[in-house]
Amino acid sequence: MSLALLADAALVLLVLGLAFWINAASRAFPAVVGYVAFGLLLALAWLRLSAGDVAMTEAAVGSGVTGAVLIAASVRLRSAETEAPPPALPLRLLALLLSGLVTAALAGLVLWTTGPAPSLADQAVQHLPGLGMGNAVTGVLIAYRALDTLLEKVVLLLALMGIWSLAKDRYWGGIPGPSRIQPTNGALILLARLLPPIGIVVAVYILWVGATDPGGAFQGGAILAAMWLLVMLAGLRDAPAISRPWVRLCVTVGPAAFIAVGLTGFALPNGFLSYPDSIAKPLIIAVESVLTLSIAVILGLLVAGPPERQP
Amino acid sequence: MLVGNIATVVLVSLGAVFFLAGTVGLLRFPDSMTRLHALTKADNLGLGLVVLGLLPQVDSVLAALKLVAVWVLTQLAGATVTQLVARAVWRGGGS
Repeated sequence: MSLALLADAALVLLVLGLAFWINAASRAFPAVVGYVAFGLLLALAWLRLSAGDVAMTEAAVGSGVTGAVLIAASVRLRSAETEAPPPALPLRLLALLLSGLVTAALAGLVLWTTGPAPSLADQAVQHLPGLGMGNAVTGVLIAYRALDTLLEKVVLLLALMGIWSLAKDRYWGGIPGPSRIQPTNGALILLARLLPPIGIVVAVYILWVGATDPGGAFQGGAILAAMWLLVMLAGLRDAPAISRPWVRLCVTVGPAAFIAVGLTGFALPNGFLSYPDSIAKPLIIAVESVLTLSIAVILGLLVAGPPERQP
Repeated sequence: MLVGNIATVVLVSLGAVFFLAGTVGLLRFPDSMTRLHALTKADNLGLGLVVLGLLPQVDSVLAALKLVAVWVLTQLAGATVTQLVARAVWRGGGS
């Protein structure tokens, strides 16, 4: 047994063990903390499978942003939590059985199929130079599966509208969060002043190298959102009122630009969401940049929550 | 090259020892403050030694700078989070 296999086996055991621990946790907050660690372990697992792009997205969005949303939710639900009885044991056993069956079926499919897996990888890689893309994942996401990528952004926008619609009528168009956070915590203020310049450079870098290396709009956007949230949490800047024109513009400009480029595809090349060969790369980078901005603002506002006070 | 490899093995192993000690401390120390102390030692010295040990293995200055940046950023985040947890413990009077 090689050393790498030993490390992989340990990682798998750790992921499974942590998953059991999260399910067995008696309260929401420890479970959420476990979930954040779980996301980071999954990112390591993706990295072992040489899927750097997925690993970064898992760490930034799955673990980071989703973790922040869940922590905020569990803090809000803390008072209600003690009243609700936990699900009955038979129900929990049934859930365990069903998810175990799904896992076993998937494992069976992977382990017992013979012959090489059907793959379009060769054809996909063949056409990437024409798009000016070295990173196959970005190429597939932006060019071949552009409709999926577009719909993902629209789903994010829908999620944000869902959260905003939880606002009480009198606070519609107001500011997220129950009250303005006062900048009293020295250590947090120092971090919120030191880190954002570095974070912004890293986010732009990750967006830029997305063409050839792991990275891209989603990862870069998540880092930008994290920097914005840090500044808001430290109390240096208040969250914006959701009726501000720049907020509305930022959350819609990404999907709108994507759709605009897609519709241009009808006129210039030959169909929705196809790029003219000569300017494919500049166009893709332009779309990705605008998308990054939208993703950053949407993710930040998702964590900030529904408006709870007058602007 | 041999010197570099020996340095890597020695320094990364030393770093792993600090991570192990930090984990043991986290599990065994009696209250939050001492547990935080153990944790920061693992972050600080453990990661520092691992990064130092990996430096002979990189082939460009840029990659080396990235490794050092990882350590510096972890220091920054770790120190801040430790402060926040310690402050919450202090205020809450918990252990």
